Amino acid sequence: MRAIFTNGLTREFNGLTAVDHVNLQIEKGELFGLLGPNGAGKTTLIHMLCTILPPTEGTAKVAGFDVYKEPDSVRTSIGIVFQDPSLDNRLTGKENLDFHGRVYGMSKTLREKRIDEVLKLVELEDRANALVETYSSGMRRRLEIARSFMHHPEIMFLDEPTLGLDPQTRRKIWEHVQMLNKQEKITILLTTHYMDEADYLCGRVGIIDHGRIIALDNPKKLKDQLEGDIVSLEVPLPKKYAEIFRRRKYVKEVKIVGDYLYLTVTGSEKVVPKLIDIVARRGGKVRSVGCRSPTLEDVFIRYTGRGIREEEGGIKEQMRAHVRAHMR
Amino acid sequence: MSAQAIYVLWLRDMKWFLRAKARIISTIVMPFLWLAILGMGLGAVTQIPGVGNYIDFLAPGIVAMAILFNATMTGVSVLWDRQFGFLKEILVAPVSRISIMLGKTFGGTTTSIIQGLMLLFVAGLIGAKMPDPAGFFLVLLFMILLGIGFVGLGLAIASRITDPVAFPLVINFLIMPLFFLSGAIFPLGMAPEWLRVIAYIDPVAYGVDGLRGVMIGVSEFPIWLDLAILGIFSLAMVLLGAYLFKKMSA
Repeated sequence: MRAIFTNGLTREFNGLTAVDHVNLQIEKGELFGLLGPNGAGKTTLIHMLCTILPPTEGTAKVAGFDVYKEPDSVRTSIGIVFQDPSLDNRLTGKENLDFHGRVYGMSKTLREKRIDEVLKLVELEDRANALVETYSSGMRRRLEIARSFMHHPEIMFLDEPTLGLDPQTRRKIWEHVQMLNKQEKITILLTTHYMDEADYLCGRVGIIDHGRIIALDNPKKLKDQLEGDIVSLEVPLPKKYAEIFRRRKYVKEVKIVGDYLYLTVTGSEKVVPKLIDIVARRGGKVRSVGCRSPTLEDVFIRYTGRGIREEEGGIKEQMRAHVRAHMR
Repeated sequence: MSAQAIYVLWLRDMKWFLRAKARIISTIVMPFLWLAILGMGLGAVTQIPGVGNYIDFLAPGIVAMAILFNATMTGVSVLWDRQFGFLKEILVAPVSRISIMLGKTFGGTTTSIIQGLMLLFVAGLIGAKMPDPAGFFLVLLFMILLGIGFVGLGLAIASRITDPVAFPLVINFLIMPLFFLSGAIFPLGMAPEWLRVIAYIDPVAYGVDGLRGVMIGVSEFPIWLDLAILGIFSLAMVLLGAYLFKKMSA
């Protein structure tokens, strides 16, 4: 039996399609990543899978139960870390966990044992009796993770688990996520718009854009599709040079993102001087050059023609980020 | 329905209540001012037929007021939970919405009754007539029914209104007329006909009337009728709240 199975899952908001006929099959034990820009439909998809948002069309099964027809069975099988904070700041860390244990029907002895265990796993034992108000943002995130798996869920959803956290804390959270997947044998579906996160953590990655899954494979295979290195050139008139480069046989692909050209080439160490030469001969000047192995960002650019970060920073998103920064 | 879930939601309200000392004081102060200033000020010039002292007449009304105001404001906690994201944690839990609604109702009712009792105590200190021990249980019963009814109403409204600024405005718009029409500060029996007719639609009027009947032995209706009408109102509000909670999203 598959952990998560969706068939034509769709959700519309006032005529706007947030999730568009998504078919997903996630096996038991997988650590699966949904990678996409803000507004791609990741959170909407998660909300449908965890039963708090009804689908407009299509079906989804989580842990073998239909999310629409058997929401209670789904709810007992899953653990969730929402994108936005969901702790009670006026209770202590321990009280938040106790609340969770009770609503998930855990007995007193089981609750007490499990609270100690999960607090230890996320290294919050010494702050257990402090009000969550006094926690740092990283500590709150860790407490949310601890809470989400204390009732032994089969499947966990992590919606942007490291959003707005510093690099050190992100590393820590990655360790916890891996531990849950490997040691506790929990199937994990996480969403992120950080390439490195998806690349580092996930066995398989689905790239989502405008509510559709546009590519799905393990990160290495996705990157291998690009065959070669990525050269970025900052040039004046990028369109003009894009045309010229497209005619060279050693350039496999050219994408324009802002003032930058992203070229997929093989044998970059020989090609880069040639490229600079071409620009120079036409009286242009290369302002900067970069050369690296492909990342998932390049895969995203290849499928969508734009960078994943470009769509960030709408007013609503900024406000939410602001709220998050102040509440965490 | 899950007793454990109902209990833990109630427990959470109790913890908040005990930790927010400033809130306890502030919610007592306003009704206290009404009682002290209006009671003393109007008491000097007002003589209500059949009642010895205006303070005696006013005290049951102000106790009802304290419960009315605190109970409807319980709904705010739903808006806060929504604002701070905790509502999502509650809504994805494998418990029925009815358990959630009942837990919140009991929590809000308990805190409202505590405040009602504190005010009753203060009224006693000022010199208002207090019920005898048997009457005290009836007073408590009226408090419980008023509490449940208006917590239910507050929760029903909170499930529909998501704007934390709009909520207190809507509540005030609703409870001020309910309070003024309840006969808490003047006897309805002496009011003009049209006013009396409107007042008899106001469920608070039966709470005030019942409390007054128990505390000073003066009431417009028999106490059993007050209890029955208030009981029906409370039940209706809980059902309405439960229905709207069921349809609520985070």
